[in-house]
Amino acid sequence: MRRIQMTVDGNAHVAEVEPRLLLLHHLRENLGIGGVHPGCNTTSCGACTVHIDGESVKSCTILAVQADGHEITTVRGITENGVWHPMQQAFHEAHGLQCGYCTPGMIMASISLLKENPDATEQEIREGLEGNLCRCTGYENIVKAVQLVQQHEDEMAQHAAS
Amino acid sequence: MIPLAFDYEVAESVDHAIELLGQHGDEAKLLAGGHSLLPIMKLRLAAPTVLVDLGRLGDLNYVRDEGDHLAIGAMTRHCDMERDSTLGEHCGLIAYTASLVGDPQVRHRGTIGGSISHGDAASDLPSALLALDANFVVKGSGGERTVAAGDFFEDYLQTTLTPDEVLTEIQVPKLNGAGWSYKKFNRRAQDWAVVGVAAVVERSNGSIGSARIGLTNMGSTPLRATAAENALSGADPSSVAEATSSADEGTSPSSDIAASDEYRRHLARVLSRRAVEEALTR
Ligand SMILES: Cc1cc2nc3c(=O)[nH]c(=O)nc-3n(C[C@H](O)[C@H](O)[C@H](O)COP(=O)(O)OP(=O)(O)OC[C@H]3O[C@@H](n4cnc5c(N)ncnc54)[C@H](O)[C@@H]3O)c2cc1C
Ligand code: FES
Ligand code: FES
Repeated sequence: MRRIQMTVDGNAHVAEVEPRLLLLHHLRENLGIGGVHPGCNTTSCGACTVHIDGESVKSCTILAVQADGHEITTVRGITENGVWHPMQQAFHEAHGLQCGYCTPGMIMASISLLKENPDATEQEIREGLEGNLCRCTGYENIVKAVQLVQQHEDEMAQHAAS
Repeated sequence: MIPLAFDYEVAESVDHAIELLGQHGDEAKLLAGGHSLLPIMKLRLAAPTVLVDLGRLGDLNYVRDEGDHLAIGAMTRHCDMERDSTLGEHCGLIAYTASLVGDPQVRHRGTIGGSISHGDAASDLPSALLALDANFVVKGSGGERTVAAGDFFEDYLQTTLTPDEVLTEIQVPKLNGAGWSYKKFNRRAQDWAVVGVAAVVERSNGSIGSARIGLTNMGSTPLRATAAENALSGADPSSVAEATSSADEGTSPSSDIAASDEYRRHLARVLSRRAVEEALTR
């Protein structure tokens, strides 16, 4: 067993874990965060995507011990005082989900994508989400949701400038 | 999809990693980004009893301008290379090839050192490094040695690394105006290359001075397309199609669910032509 300490959604957590424990299972089973979804378990589908230090990663392919000392953000941690994150709001408005299984991963991947490339073109958004599979939506509305966040941010920037 | 149990050690330095490898012998494995190793451990195709984690060696994540060449630390991630301005300026081939690896999540974890050490002929960076005539710096209990990329890969998942050695640095010559290209053919986004081709082309007075071509997934190791390189040497740019028609010579591609060996040979020829043509425009 190994003692690890990490910040998850803003709260410090200390745990004794087996080295082979995957971050995915640590978050779901030890910390009870059901919003981190297991899908393929083979690094393909992206349903398990969370952020480590603000960057998207697939939690099924990271050991909990590798995340020791780092800051983890899950879909649960992006809502502030009950107010949805702009990306969650946009997925809602643009109908970027149907069954919702891929959605937490899609949202975390999309936030990371826009952080790295705020002005991503439609093509860049599609390529930036290539690590996330959706069996329902056909992706169109997911891409629109990401673009909606870009539009809102542009409007806010204009508003602030005027 | 859970690995077999293992002990976990954190390396505090390269020397510490070598010491830990020495203590645990063949049963130990280094862990870098874990994006090749953990998937095979989850499938129980690998079961090291000790993992030595290099993840805390932040000082192995760098790109440095060393005059005639660039030095890349083994723990530099694909996403770091993709965005690095020094690489972009002097060795666009590496920055671009890194940007084609897997998907963004994979690139946030996977490292150049892991990509090379794993020795998978389907990986993209090794063939680009072959075409660049890169050198690898390797450190072990017996000291440090430098291995040419062309001598590093021995067989399927087999390299010259001994069990107590750590790859620390990758040295790539600056392109200095040579043209470059990487052509990756895959069927779906995020997939590995069915075949990939890296090209570095030097021009001389309107003809091709010399061309170096690295092939991804055309055998048990990354390969050079030597016959095509010879045919291209001193050739007129109008004869690229003919010269690259021998790009599959000396290769031994496998047949699998993605492609037959014959189709892979076809792809190697077509992608070599396209890569050299594109390199000539850069
Ligand atoms: C879904 C998915 C898609 C992918 N797609 C591609 C792709 O399209 N193209 C591609 O090229 N790759 C692809 N990869 C592989 C990815 O690039 C890996 O990150 C990379 O091959 C290994 O790097 P790593 O840092 O994760 O190494 P690890 O998995 O940590 O290690 C791999 C091996 O190298 C050894 N090792 C690691 N670092 C060192 C070192 N410094 N010295 C000595 N030995 C070392 C380890 O012991 C292990 O045996 C993909 C991976 C996944 C999961
Ligand atoms: S469950 Fe992690 S990528 Fe599918
Ligand atoms: S909404 Fe069902 S998988 Fe994406």
